[in-house]
Amino acid sequence: MTSKQHTAEHGTQLEQVNGFTNPGLPEHTPRLTDISPAAERTTERQIAGWFILSMIGTIWFIVSYFLFAPDETMASIQLQNMMFGLGATLALFGIGVGLVLWGKTLVSGTEVAEDRHPIEGNEEDQAVALEILNQAKDESGIARRPLLRNTLIAAVAIAPLPAILVFRDLGPLPGDKMFTTLWGPGVRLCQDPGGVPREDRFIRAEDVTIGSAVHVIPEGMHESEHPLDEKAKAAVLLMRIDPKELNTDPAKEDWGVDGIVAYSKICTHVGCPVALYEHQTHHLLCPCHQSTFDVTNHCEVIFGPAKRPLPQLPIAVDSEGYLVAQRDFPEPVGPTFWEINTRETSEQ
Amino acid sequence: MSTTQPTTAVGKAALFTENRVGASRLVKEFGRKIFPHHWSFMLGEVALYSFVILVLTGTFLTFWFKPAMGHTIYEGPFVPLQGVEMSEAYASTLAISFEIRGGLFIRQMHHWAALLFMAALSIHAMRIFFTGAFRRPREVNWLVGIVLIVLGMGAGFTGYSLPDDLLSGNGLRIIDGILKAIPLVGTYISFFVFGGEFPGVDIVSRLYSLHIMVVPALLIAVIAVHLIFVVYHKHTQWPGAGHTEKNVVGEPVLPTFAAKAGGFFFMIFGLLALLSGFFTTNPVWNYGPYDPSPVSAGTQPDWYIGWMDGFLRIIPGWTEFYIFGYPISFNIFSSVLVAGLLFGGLAIWPFVEAWLTKDYREHHILDRPRNNPTRTAVGAAGVVWYLNMWAAASGDLMAVFFHMSLNDMIYIFRVLFFLGPVIAYIVTKRVCLALQRKDREIILHGRESGQIIRLPHGEFQERHKPLNEDRLWSLASFESPQYIPAEPGPDGKISKIEKRRAKLARFFYEDRVAPVTKSELEAAHHDHGEVEQSRKDELTGSQQ
Ligand code: HEM
Ligand code: FES
Repeated sequence: MTSKQHTAEHGTQLEQVNGFTNPGLPEHTPRLTDISPAAERTTERQIAGWFILSMIGTIWFIVSYFLFAPDETMASIQLQNMMFGLGATLALFGIGVGLVLWGKTLVSGTEVAEDRHPIEGNEEDQAVALEILNQAKDESGIARRPLLRNTLIAAVAIAPLPAILVFRDLGPLPGDKMFTTLWGPGVRLCQDPGGVPREDRFIRAEDVTIGSAVHVIPEGMHESEHPLDEKAKAAVLLMRIDPKELNTDPAKEDWGVDGIVAYSKICTHVGCPVALYEHQTHHLLCPCHQSTFDVTNHCEVIFGPAKRPLPQLPIAVDSEGYLVAQRDFPEPVGPTFWEINTRETSEQ
Repeated sequence: MSTTQPTTAVGKAALFTENRVGASRLVKEFGRKIFPHHWSFMLGEVALYSFVILVLTGTFLTFWFKPAMGHTIYEGPFVPLQGVEMSEAYASTLAISFEIRGGLFIRQMHHWAALLFMAALSIHAMRIFFTGAFRRPREVNWLVGIVLIVLGMGAGFTGYSLPDDLLSGNGLRIIDGILKAIPLVGTYISFFVFGGEFPGVDIVSRLYSLHIMVVPALLIAVIAVHLIFVVYHKHTQWPGAGHTEKNVVGEPVLPTFAAKAGGFFFMIFGLLALLSGFFTTNPVWNYGPYDPSPVSAGTQPDWYIGWMDGFLRIIPGWTEFYIFGYPISFNIFSSVLVAGLLFGGLAIWPFVEAWLTKDYREHHILDRPRNNPTRTAVGAAGVVWYLNMWAAASGDLMAVFFHMSLNDMIYIFRVLFFLGPVIAYIVTKRVCLALQRKDREIILHGRESGQIIRLPHGEFQERHKPLNEDRLWSLASFESPQYIPAEPGPDGKISKIEKRRAKLARFFYEDRVAPVTKSELEAAHHDHGEVEQSRKDELTGSQQ
């Protein structure tokens, strides 16, 4: 029923708006290519030129596959990538521009009007549809048999319940995982080796100079079952600040060693590593959303979206002179979670 | 069924197909379907073509990508990472980039196509909004379009999290934090999503099945619905000579539109090839494998996720509070609420606008944005609100650039979060009204011709050329929605809701510039008689 009107009828369906009448489709103004055979031929050649350029691009792509075979250096890989890009751009753009030019200049440019059809069915359609639905209702008896209907609805409604069960094993329950880390009494602080695994490197108090910040992990982390999961909770930043500058809470007096303090590196906002330490101000800045923590005041939040201070790891020096944890973090690390205040972290 | 037997190979093939699939009806139905030609109608096409390219390039990537988080030590050709511990996912992304010839190119193309896909979708949606193309009968397709944007964001996020690099790993960490902030069940949801503690060893393979199967399947299905609606409703069109509510004017699919659209597809493909060859996006090799401890400054997600990240930066920490020791981390999960607000607001707008203006009619002729100042202003307010959040995601970089303190920068974003949309609303509305007045001027007095004439009594005036009929129609043939005061319902009483509607409608629609009417125009021409007369004295046989 649709799209029968293939030809423009000038001035069809004129209607008035604000008293003005629709002037109807304007006459088609012929293009140069419509009237001048010479222009038409030039354009034809131009378009063919684009298609030829495309072929050159394709060939260039193939050539660069061999000509610019990378030798495993970054520069050579990028050079080949660039040459591929050049070839593909020409190949694709050539076809694209050629086709568009063809459509714009040589294919008929007359605008055509097509009638719209009403969106809704006509009255007869609607009546027939209603009749079919009513018939289905009667024949199935869905309205007359409430027992069947209701039990069916109930059956379908509870049928997905087992899915909840089988999805149960997507993950274990949290248990006490949110309240424990690898830190504990006597666990030595080690320098974070970054991506390259190596033997634990312990830290002596005198290695930590004033103004320095050391990225720290617990000893033995790499031997644990899931080192990254452990690191995501246990990463610590160790800083040494002139004790005169620290406003230490009397209850936490012995949590540091001569101005060396250790704080969780996991932001209490949504968990990014708080890795930027400003030496002058003793502020820690989270690069993700710029929460700012004041190291001189037990890492209170002084700006940004985080609410809780970074948990402090109480540290001491062991008999061999290495820095060790006194215990696990006194409060959970990382982002806030619902059960956060429901239990104590382990003293052990 | 044809009357003559085909003799050529093409003819025979055509007959073979026809007798088996009845292709003639398709050609008849769609072959001359009309596409209006205006650049703003190509935005949807850009989105569609980018999606096609995403499917093609993405399929290529699946042949080598290993969605696994088992640990390996890198021994590939990229020297800076040799000996580094990383997941198989990250290692295989490096392999695609450095060892599969053309792999880097296709990876780049996949990512660039994703960026373009989302940009085209967003701008396309803006054109629908600002022209009022969402009005009846297209409200449902507007909703379908919003679903597409949400799915696109999902596709993008699940995609760029796959390589398991430092940047995307931090993105996942943020998702973990947001999940954990959900009251009551958050911790459990996080454990179920990550298969235990963050980051665990499951998330990449889970994202993978979402990214290459579930989301693309949904996208393809929803795109299909979207296009079926477009065909069924036919296109809207701009006001213009010969354009009516009952027709659609443009070019037929065969051959004009097919040639142009086909060409356009290749141009988009070419553009992506150009970007992929010469501009690097997501150089995961520079970021390193995911590790929960290091992070680089200036971390940012792909642009279409940025606004949610920006919101997380704007909201202050005091919005987290505790009830009986249980946290309500509004500072965190509100990012989800903000997304709900944006998409929810977009979703209900067509219905709100119809309700406010009591205009439930079908509309196939678009509004020029200035001719619906209220809608345009509301849209501008939304855009500013969005852009402010988006800019906030680069607050740290901007602070460095403008030599400002980061905190001041965030304060500005906080103020603009509330004030920006209001200012945008007021300014845009005024600008629209001013533009409408200018249109009135032009319609009533013609275009400025740049020619100065001297009247007999010595006064100088610029001669104005009257508009031609077609242009006049394009400018003058619009309705200006006028505020409808509260009307009594069928029971003869004015309901409370109706009163509220009238109040709101009055606030939004009271200021308006009435469109020029024919009689006004005639009266204006009459006043110009003097000028016209002098022109006739001066020139002979000039244009009417
Ligand atoms: C059938 C469709 C698709 C398939 C089979 C597919 C497949 C893939 C694969 C295997 C990867 C990982 C490889 C890599 O990171 O290099 C990937 C990455 C990605 N995908 Fe897709 N994808 C599809 C659709 C999409 C869509 C619709 C979007 C976006 C809106 C998208 C956005 C991304 C992004 C941003 C990446 C990251 C690329 C990077 O590493 O730089 N993908 N996709
Ligand atoms: S994660 Fe640190 S501020 Fe958001």
